[in-house]
Amino acid sequence: MALYDANALLVVRGLSKEFPGVKALTDVDFTLRSGEVHALLGENGAGKSTLIKCISGVYKRDGGAVFLDGQLISPASVEEAQRLRIGVVYQEVNLLPNRSVAENLFLGRQPIRFGLVDVKTMRHKAREILRRYNLEIDVSENLDRFSVAVQQIIAIARAVDLSAKVLILDEPTASLDRHEVAMVFDVMRVLRDKGIGIIFITHFLDQVYEVTDRITVLRNGYLVGERKTAELPRIELVSMMLGRELDDKAQRVKTQLDQFGGEPVVRFQSLGKRGVVSPFSFEVRGGEILGVAGLLGAGRTETAKTIFGITPADFGEVVASGRKVSVKSPVDAVKLDFGYCPEDRKVEGIIGDLSIRENIILALQAKKGWLKPITKGEQEKLADYYIDKLKIRPADREKPIQLLSGGNQQKALLARWLATNPRFLILDEPTRGIDVGAHAEIIKLIEELCGEGLALLVISSELEEIVSYATRVSVMRDRKHIRELTGSEVTVGHIMKAIASDAKEGEHETVV
Amino acid sequence: MKQSSDPMSSKKPFRVFRGLPQLSMLVLILIINVINSPSFFNVTIQDGRLFGSIIDVFYRGVPVAILALGMTPVIATGGIDLSVGAVIAIAGAVTASLAQTDLAGWQIISLVLMTGLACGLWNGLLVAWLGIQPFVATLILMVSGRGMAQMITEGKILTFTNPAVDFISRSAFLTVPTAIIIMLAVLLMGWVLLRGTALGMFVEATGINRVASTNVGVKTGAVLTTVYMWCGFCAAIAGLIITSDIRGADANNAGLWLEMDAILAVVIGGTSLLGGRFSLGFSLLGALIIQAMNTGILVSGFKPELNYIVKALVVLAVLCAQSPALRIFMAKLGQKRRAAS
Repeated sequence: MALYDANALLVVRGLSKEFPGVKALTDVDFTLRSGEVHALLGENGAGKSTLIKCISGVYKRDGGAVFLDGQLISPASVEEAQRLRIGVVYQEVNLLPNRSVAENLFLGRQPIRFGLVDVKTMRHKAREILRRYNLEIDVSENLDRFSVAVQQIIAIARAVDLSAKVLILDEPTASLDRHEVAMVFDVMRVLRDKGIGIIFITHFLDQVYEVTDRITVLRNGYLVGERKTAELPRIELVSMMLGRELDDKAQRVKTQLDQFGGEPVVRFQSLGKRGVVSPFSFEVRGGEILGVAGLLGAGRTETAKTIFGITPADFGEVVASGRKVSVKSPVDAVKLDFGYCPEDRKVEGIIGDLSIRENIILALQAKKGWLKPITKGEQEKLADYYIDKLKIRPADREKPIQLLSGGNQQKALLARWLATNPRFLILDEPTRGIDVGAHAEIIKLIEELCGEGLALLVISSELEEIVSYATRVSVMRDRKHIRELTGSEVTVGHIMKAIASDAKEGEHETVV
Repeated sequence: MKQSSDPMSSKKPFRVFRGLPQLSMLVLILIINVINSPSFFNVTIQDGRLFGSIIDVFYRGVPVAILALGMTPVIATGGIDLSVGAVIAIAGAVTASLAQTDLAGWQIISLVLMTGLACGLWNGLLVAWLGIQPFVATLILMVSGRGMAQMITEGKILTFTNPAVDFISRSAFLTVPTAIIIMLAVLLMGWVLLRGTALGMFVEATGINRVASTNVGVKTGAVLTTVYMWCGFCAAIAGLIITSDIRGADANNAGLWLEMDAILAVVIGGTSLLGGRFSLGFSLLGALIIQAMNTGILVSGFKPELNYIVKALVVLAVLCAQSPALRIFMAKLGQKRRAAS
């Protein structure tokens, strides 16, 4: 490999970084050219963040060299990297939410007049800067009044205005919806065309193909390769990231519904809650996956919470195993052998400080009641069984669950419900924010559970994913279940058509 | 509680066992006490009962220790109970007024304990079902409780003589003062209630993430109500002991500020005020640390005013020793040392 590319802006050669007991990066090369968006990909623990932090002055490298415009650099701090014109924007916006947009843009370098901050000039300049990003907002408003996407763009604008030549975006789109992602991408394209080199870290492969020019893949701290995005097929990218071939999920032969003539495990009859979700009716049989699709805010999570008694239904009825039942709280739902893995794992799922073991046995213990404690020995046996069966890593049952990666937390939450021996399981976005390897494992798990005869209701924004495993799909829009697709209708096209069908012009989702 | 033996622990830098800061602090204070008054550890037997400064640490520490045992699970749920001092006053007033009647000892004690449970139930209902912040919810009883106690005693300091009530603080079992035995019994009861069942785990889960706990089917409302009732129950026991000790009920001063000592003891014991992991044993240790200081200053002949300042310094020291920042610093120090060797 030639040391210098004609357009090379940032050149990393033979970079190594070691932490006590862990070799985070070994002899990694990386080349960023000006005027390109360069995806930096890899599973959790591949070394993406470490590489970024070595470039941006957070960590000191142990070996190798970093050149910026042919000059050897070793920034010792983020400030120094900033002076060298390397700017970083993180997933969590690193600005002051309770100060105005203008103040955030000019933080630490406010224009001064007569010894005071010149608010007028500052606001004027701020408006000018944001106009370049097609953002016409009131810059005197507090930052937290705006959506995360706008905050993200303001963070980018700030980094660029500090005259960045190299812009590093660390998962800026992780918490944005489709429309907002498009906004950020527009900004990225504008900056790319101005000749800025952008390093883009993301978990979403769709986004990689939508916006990047080049891809560098890391695995376990080593460089796997650098490719042009246009020349790299998706399946090859995934196998580069995983280091193994992936089964082609689309080839799966779908279970046919008529194979199961038995009683449905659960049936919902005009179940609904005023102002939350309109009455819906469907049933789920054992060995069947009912997918729920729809845009953000369409009422998917609300459906799950109504079924599980978190926001109990106002009307309608639930029939479980042929018996009419009432679900007024999660306690009732758990007694009926229901389980629910929520979308927001951190806030509604895991008990962060408790160990993997305690998190796994918690639902079973709640089901048994506090007077019948599960002995330590049984707890350990259960935890070890599921850690082994679901390949939860690290395989240390006493580790606080908050120290696990998203994928492993999700597996532990699945284990929590499997331990209760459920008949009906609701999974809300089971693969969100999970790295590619764990993603495939969780989908495999879902299919296995279905094969074992469990009734599943799976909510997902990934339409390809839903189509690959669901026997039927209920499509939602505006808090209504508008259409149920079965058999050969279960395709991405049909789902999108159903979502788009007789939608009013200019309609937008409102979150109540 | 016992740390599970973890094969990884030998590899981890500076993994000390959890109670080390507390234990070393207690030992340090006792050493200072011995230096100041060499007779600190002298124990004699008078009237079939142990006497001496070190026994005093345990004996005088009983009320705060029992309060701390009650307060621990409350704090573990992320709550706080400011009303325990007032509950002591109520329990004392009830004890004193019942002691003048013909009721049998067990009847008096049962009624007092039920009063404590009722106070806890009130706090629990405000916190769990009305969703009032624990600080404010328990402040209501903290303020009104003393008023109630004064109404019961009709504003007077009630004194009494009642052999059954006397028994609580003036007897001994195998030379160990009964009050200390009661404290150990409360510890045992707490352990059975919280660790002998799954309640302790539910308490921790509720304190760490109430939403997630509710979602898995934990009855978090019932968990909260139960811990506040336990706290009220413990406060009533502490009230009984204090009242028995002075043979009277002073609605104005009984248990005054003791809620602060109890909270302090729990925090010194390592339970975070944000809720989460708790240990009854360490809270007890925290209470003993506080009393060892009180007694030490008393017998050394220093001015009692000094007590407050020393107490503050000790709390600061223990909290520093527990702080995550210091732990990281120590871990780094350990690495450097190992790298050098």
